[in-house]
Amino acid sequence: MQTVKMVVTGPFSAGKTQFIRSVSEIDVVATERKISTPDERAIKQATTVAMDFGRITVDNDLVLYLFGTPGQKRFDFMWEILSEGMLGFIVMIDSTRPETFREGRSILETFRAYAPTPYVVAANKQDEPDAWELEDMRNALRLSPNIKLLPCVATQKEAVKNVLLELLYSILLEMDGSEK
Amino acid sequence: MALRGNLRDFTVTQLLNLINLAHKSGTLVIDGSNETAQISFRDGKLAYAQIGQEDNHLAAILHRFKRLSAGQLRAIHLRADHLNDKELGLLLINAGYISQEEILSLLQSYFIDVVRRLFKWVDGAFQFEYNLHPPADRIPIRLDLENLIIEGARQLREWEQLREEIPSLEMGLKFLDRPETSIQKMNLSLEEWRVVSYINPKNTIKQIASVTKLNDMEIRRIIYGLLQAGLVEVVRQGSTPRVEILRSPVTPLFKEKQISLVQRLITRIRSI
Repeated sequence: MQTVKMVVTGPFSAGKTQFIRSVSEIDVVATERKISTPDERAIKQATTVAMDFGRITVDNDLVLYLFGTPGQKRFDFMWEILSEGMLGFIVMIDSTRPETFREGRSILETFRAYAPTPYVVAANKQDEPDAWELEDMRNALRLSPNIKLLPCVATQKEAVKNVLLELLYSILLEMDGSEK
Repeated sequence: MALRGNLRDFTVTQLLNLINLAHKSGTLVIDGSNETAQISFRDGKLAYAQIGQEDNHLAAILHRFKRLSAGQLRAIHLRADHLNDKELGLLLINAGYISQEEILSLLQSYFIDVVRRLFKWVDGAFQFEYNLHPPADRIPIRLDLENLIIEGARQLREWEQLREEIPSLEMGLKFLDRPETSIQKMNLSLEEWRVVSYINPKNTIKQIASVTKLNDMEIRRIIYGLLQAGLVEVVRQGSTPRVEILRSPVTPLFKEKQISLVQRLITRIRSI
């Protein structure tokens, strides 16, 4: 049995756990704890402290694991461990919380440094009225035009599938490119 | 959709950068601690600015720049109060009192001054109103934002923020291909020009700092300004991204297997 892994990362409360939950065939093994600081508690009640873990079985020989990283900075020691051997990664950003964009960019840079694998950026909560437009997010996150910034609603399976597929297309393109 | 937030998370410089890059038209409304500012843009260029209750009518601006005396200003208020800015401007030009170029130049100076004052604002909710434009009776200007962005970046003093913006100095830089922006037209300081002269993907920021004798803080501030103005972009040193699973020595057969693996993943995810 061969296993491959993709990592879903991003700032605190970006929607990583929900993203994995939307496509995983098993109940996500979420290691969530009650949040301790009042500011963070105002945003959500529990957060991921070690990792989330989802699974998609491809066939008898192949399984895809989705790992969600903890969003809070004090658990960032887990990031490097989780990034080891990943096929690619997804950076989730909450489109309605511009105060997290700078942190999102910093997480993206950190993961790029861990492993130069393909990645995409998912602009989550695009269905909400306060969501920033993709073009504004691209500029704010300083993403060059060749980096995929995809609209996403982590609660909607089709949107999540689209993000995963776009990442896989990028991986395929990278492999094709490396042949030349 | 919304372009809103707080200056605690996005500086005025960064907002100008967003507006400039996206060629936005509309008005940026900022609620500061004591007053509200409205800065209007057309196609990403500064068009108009209003801060608090400050009188920004043409007559008041001409008086502010000493092109009208207090007596002349009073006379205009008494006799020509019914004229709007465009009509007053035309009247003054036709009377040979002032040229069109000078009016535009003084308005530009005033609006730039308003934006400069905003650089000091560090807190306040902002919102970009796409449907809010300068009052129709005012004279709009058309000013490129790059110089203002560079100026705003020079005022950024917070070391922590600069470190977050440019976390590593082990990166190279290259000029962006933006035909509408010419670096020749920009008001760069001597230090900034020296840094610009070394920009090349082969030179790291650290090397540039070393050769230009700038400390970490100084080089970060200059690079931050150039990045914000959309003149340069970061290039990772020797970065040729490759898929992790292909890092080991690969035979064509192995590569084919990897491609087939990804194709199987694609097929499976499509079917979910």
